[in-house]
Amino acid sequence: MLKTTSRLVAWLSVPTLLLTSGHVLAEENGRSTVNMPQGVTSTSQDIYGLHMDIFWWCVGIGVVVFGVMFYSMIVHRKANGAKAANFHESTMLEIVWTVVPFLILILMAWPATKSLVKLYDTSESDVDIVITGYQWFWKYEYLDQGVSFFSRLSTPEEQIRNQAPKGDNYLLEVDEPLLIPTNKKVRFLVTSNDVIHSWWVPDLAVKRDAIPGYVNESWTYVNEPGTFRGVCAELCGKDHGFMPVVVKAVEEGEYNTWLADRRAQAEKEKELANKTFTFDELMVQGEQVYGKACAACHGANGEGGVGKAIAGSPIATGDLSGHLDIVINGSQVNPAMAAFRETLSEVDTAAVITYQRNAFGNSTGDAVQPIDILKFKQGN
Amino acid sequence: MAHGPAKGFTRWLYTTNHKDIGSMYLWFSFAMFLLGGVFALVIRAELFEPGLQIVEPGFFNQMTTMHGLVMVFGAVMPAFVGLANWMIPMMVGAPDMALPRMNNWSFWILPFAFAMMVATLFMEGGGPNFGWTFYAPLSTTYAPPSVTFFIFAVHIMGASSIMGSINIIATILNMRAPGMTLMKMPLFVWTWLITAYLLIAVMPVLAGVVTMMLMDIHFGTSFFDAAGGGDPVLFQHVFWFFGHPEVYIMILPAFGIVSAIIPTFARKPLFGYSSMVYATASIAFLSFIVWAHHMFTVGMPIAGELFFMYATMLIAVPTGVKVFNWVTTMFRGAMTFETPMLFSIAFVILFTIGGFSGLMLAIAPADFQYHDTYFVVAHFHYVLVPGAIFSITAGVYYWLPKWCGNMYNETMGKTQFWMAFIGLNLTFFPMHFVGLAGMQRRVPDYNQFFADFNMISSCGAFLFGAAQIMLLYNVISTIRGGKKATDEVWENPEGLEWTVASPAPYHTFSTPPAVK
Amino acid sequence: MSAEGNYYVPDQSRLPIFASLGLFLTVYGAATKLNGGGWTIFMLGAVVMAVVLWSWFSTVISENIAGLNSNQLKKSYVWGMGWFIFSEVMFFAAFFGALFYIRNFALPWLSGEGDTSTTNAILWSGFEAQWPLMVTPDMAANGDAAKVVGPGQNMSITTAESIWSWLPLWNTIVLLTSSVTVHFAHTALKNNNKKGFNIWLGITVALGILFLVLQAEEYIHAYSVDLTLDSGVYGTTFFMLTGFHGAHVTLGTFMLLVMWLRSVLKGHFKHEDCFGFEAASWYWHFVDVVWVGLFIFVYILG
Ligand code: HEA
Ligand code: HEA
Ligand code: HEC
Ligand code: CUA
Ligand SMILES: [Cu+2]
Repeated sequence: MLKTTSRLVAWLSVPTLLLTSGHVLAEENGRSTVNMPQGVTSTSQDIYGLHMDIFWWCVGIGVVVFGVMFYSMIVHRKANGAKAANFHESTMLEIVWTVVPFLILILMAWPATKSLVKLYDTSESDVDIVITGYQWFWKYEYLDQGVSFFSRLSTPEEQIRNQAPKGDNYLLEVDEPLLIPTNKKVRFLVTSNDVIHSWWVPDLAVKRDAIPGYVNESWTYVNEPGTFRGVCAELCGKDHGFMPVVVKAVEEGEYNTWLADRRAQAEKEKELANKTFTFDELMVQGEQVYGKACAACHGANGEGGVGKAIAGSPIATGDLSGHLDIVINGSQVNPAMAAFRETLSEVDTAAVITYQRNAFGNSTGDAVQPIDILKFKQGN
Repeated sequence: MAHGPAKGFTRWLYTTNHKDIGSMYLWFSFAMFLLGGVFALVIRAELFEPGLQIVEPGFFNQMTTMHGLVMVFGAVMPAFVGLANWMIPMMVGAPDMALPRMNNWSFWILPFAFAMMVATLFMEGGGPNFGWTFYAPLSTTYAPPSVTFFIFAVHIMGASSIMGSINIIATILNMRAPGMTLMKMPLFVWTWLITAYLLIAVMPVLAGVVTMMLMDIHFGTSFFDAAGGGDPVLFQHVFWFFGHPEVYIMILPAFGIVSAIIPTFARKPLFGYSSMVYATASIAFLSFIVWAHHMFTVGMPIAGELFFMYATMLIAVPTGVKVFNWVTTMFRGAMTFETPMLFSIAFVILFTIGGFSGLMLAIAPADFQYHDTYFVVAHFHYVLVPGAIFSITAGVYYWLPKWCGNMYNETMGKTQFWMAFIGLNLTFFPMHFVGLAGMQRRVPDYNQFFADFNMISSCGAFLFGAAQIMLLYNVISTIRGGKKATDEVWENPEGLEWTVASPAPYHTFSTPPAVK
Repeated sequence: MSAEGNYYVPDQSRLPIFASLGLFLTVYGAATKLNGGGWTIFMLGAVVMAVVLWSWFSTVISENIAGLNSNQLKKSYVWGMGWFIFSEVMFFAAFFGALFYIRNFALPWLSGEGDTSTTNAILWSGFEAQWPLMVTPDMAANGDAAKVVGPGQNMSITTAESIWSWLPLWNTIVLLTSSVTVHFAHTALKNNNKKGFNIWLGITVALGILFLVLQAEEYIHAYSVDLTLDSGVYGTTFFMLTGFHGAHVTLGTFMLLVMWLRSVLKGHFKHEDCFGFEAASWYWHFVDVVWVGLFIFVYILG
């Protein structure tokens, strides 16, 4: 019987080994498919080193323990005529195999402690960035720079639904990456607006939970320009798998120009909030905003889904203030309908509301202006 | 006192017999294992390749959550309680459990609790979708309405566990036959005694934390809401104060089972009995002071981080003592490799591998990279599947002839072992790789970079599932007939359970046996 | 560990399955109610539970009277009650732990202490940790727009005009006295003084009820000064700790009341055979000890 089973094992393991061994060696784009990336910062390399050290300690111990075990299984089997000994106690042995592992642990704990102390030193940073998790995207705010923006998954729905071929950075791409300067200590202040998220970039070895109501700190220092991709690591609801992180490190000069641009753009947006738009302008922009921010729940044609139908909705065709309220402050009953107070600009809010009130068969004729939104927001 | 079982199905509804109740626990747990396994297969099918194909993300989260909950609370824990019910009275020479009616109550709560839990899947807004760890505020403010039913299911399930463990403690401490001193008890009894203490200490804390959730959801309290002065991380501390000991609850009885089986098939007494007892007690003690190793990334102060890292690493020492003792028991034995032994040997090897990855996770800075990836998923399946599940399977094969009087089919047993062994490693080993390479847990979709290993995992899962169907078949056919087993079943096994007839009579030890 | 060899293993019993059903209906009903349904299922469950518990305890009592319970079995009951009380201790430990964590970690962090002072600067500027928490972080940072509004007054010793006007002190006195009286009852029983037993036990029950009345009085006062469940984490911990304690006092009083009725009406309990009473009295001492913890951590250090 044993022969048959071992033949079975051999037979089954051949294709498996072939499959895996190909991969153990494989590296895609310089990244190992089987191991942790070494990353691009001194902390990530420390961690990689720790990881490998401990891994080899475990392999070593494993070889000894399993070695003795397999030796006994092969040599001390009844079928080979082995006679059982009768020893069953040895205080000496017990002491040895308590003390030796303990010493090994101390050898492991020492470098781990050193790395941890280093990881926790967030002092003296050059750039501070507040990272806020939202269901299901990130907001980046450059502290005291007047620049902030949202960063959302940019993988098209068709790729996710298998209706289009998947790109290389499938699920790991965003509309606006976080830009950081090289050769600067960047401090991340991580928090959340709703549930717990976790901001993780493997190449930087930064993983920090975003806790609503609390700020966690972390830092990084990147030497060479590059793009680093990560994900939200803490289960945060339906689209937890669809809120990637992309960090782009660029030379300081480039970073500064970009920052100045963004600041100017923000100024312009503020001005826009005072501008009066035509109905058609609002509808065009509203359609875009709707597709990006609302269609996932309310359906491409306003037919509803997770959210209620917009077509013929009593709120979207009724009193304007009710409509403003649910979009700006969210639903009191169902948290899935989040407050868009912060995540949509005044212009976008005005546009999307105008759109909802005049699309999918709704026809109130209202053209809501950004200034109305601003007033509503200030009113409560 | 009636001498045999009652007739008809009321035998099962009204029974006070530890063997009947043990059987019901075991069958219930197996049913839950299949159900949890089906959820796992849904997960694996969705993850077979990148892209969304079978289920929607929201439903996927419900599957992950229910899989974890059902496996932990529905499959593993009741299986161990079932084994305890069957074996502890026989092992200590008692006529039954100490409190037989309460025993039946502990069991019958479970089907109700799980019916309620599983029913949430059909409620408006869907079932629990926040992971088996149900972190607030995803499980409070942002939870579907069915969470209330989930909370109460946890409450009554906890009540069942507490009553079950009180019963076990009372049985072990009060019902031993004369001469059965504590240090003569089989290790399975010892590990269960310690497990029962763990349960009594932490199940109420779980009840406490779900009660806090309930209050936050329905009565406006601010335990987990910073706006009112609370803290979402408080939830995690309380949960893991329960949760970490919980994982040892799922492994200590396994240690006991393996410590019974290995000596039998090595034909050599267990090496280092007393150090095994002390090691178990140390593990239990340490399990209370390591909980925050699940929370290295929540932003604890560095002192806390270091404390929990060191304490966690320490657990490797007593666990190592156990492993070394098992290996030394095999050393210079006269080994044979019947199915229970195969499962036990696989247990020792694969559990140790899972322990090694646990130790890697314990290194706080490195955990910043591992946390919430498939590396963690690989770790805990290595300690749970070849750990808890294999030990239970080993125990079932080992004691089944005693329970029903028939020998199981050895060829089928061995075939099942190899299928399970291969399936399991195919499923869970590649998870180490995808985890290290950066795939986070609890996602329905992933980049192509991880595709190949995920495909292997999914295939392995189905193979492993098939092995379980074979186990079911083998057990049923053994119960229905087969070669008669001798009273001793194996060659010179140790323990009182082998001194009674096979199948064990409905009432054993109505008068206590003499223990040398 | 003794073994007379005649441990009583009860026959089949309908009680457990109906107890499970009752428990299920009760919690299912409670969840339904909380999600906006009616009381029907809950009430049904409560009735089933009441009937089952009634007949369960009657069964045990009559078995005991019939002499089926060996000393060994009685020891099982002792272990059972003992570890049940321990599990209750752990339940309270979770809530005391939460109080400890909030006072010593969460609130200081919210007010900017510790490594991440940015929590306060970015999210809750203006918030200062104090206990009892009268101004919530939300109030401090968002003023009138705050959703979580702190209480108008707290229940700690600082607010008492004189120490004698301070209810919690009276509650402490009442409960501590009742622990002593229940002990007297026990001693009386040990001395075969049935009359003394009935009187002391009766006094204990009365004191238990008095405690509950005073506690209700305090709650009414608390709500009148806006100290409520939803007035931030002070109200949260205050009501959860004292509330669960109150629930346990209610149960304890009920248990003692039943014991008193059994003794007065049925003449139960003899000096060497009084486990039912002893179990209830242990429970009572436990409730008392928890109160002492509450008194110190919620009221005096509050
Ligand atoms: C049966 C269940 C079980 C068991 C026994 C263990 C055992 C251990 N676990 Fe595991 N663990 C889980 C179940 C279990 N775990 C689960 C379910 C989770 C995830 C929960 C979730 O998030 O959903 C988890 C998660 C988890 C984490 C959190 C990871 C994260 O989320 O980031 C950590 C971190 O420290 C950890 C550590 C350990 C350690 C150190 C052990 C040790 O006990 C292991 C000790 C054993 C050995 C080390 C091997 C044998 C020893 C020797 C041969 C001696 C010599 C060895 C050396 C000196 C190295 N576990
Ligand atoms: C003891 C506990 C236990 C056990 C035994 C298992 C067993 C398995 N688990 Fe696991 N698992 C957990 C505990 C357990 N698990 C926990 C706690 C989590 C974390 C949850 C969370 O993140 O919140 C988890 C999460 C988890 C994930 C990660 C999900 C995610 O992050 O999104 C995956 C993915 O592959 C997985 C897979 C499996 C597989 C394939 C098995 C297999 O071993 C299952 C094998 C069994 C079968 C396949 C059943 C056989 C049945 C049939 C073939 C059908 C027959 C049907 C009828 C007769 C009706 N599990
Ligand atoms: C994650 C899901 C989700 C997204 C995204 C979403 N909504 Fe909603 N929405 C809902 C849900 C759920 C409701 C029902 C709320 C309730 O019952 O109170 C709702 C209700 C509404 C209503 C009221 C409909 C009615 O008749 O009651 C309006 C108007 C609305 N949403 C507008 C928007 C706009 C504008 C956007 C995008 C800028 C948006 N929603 C994005 C989930 C969503
Ligand atoms: Cu955000 Cu997961
Ligand atoms: Cu743990």
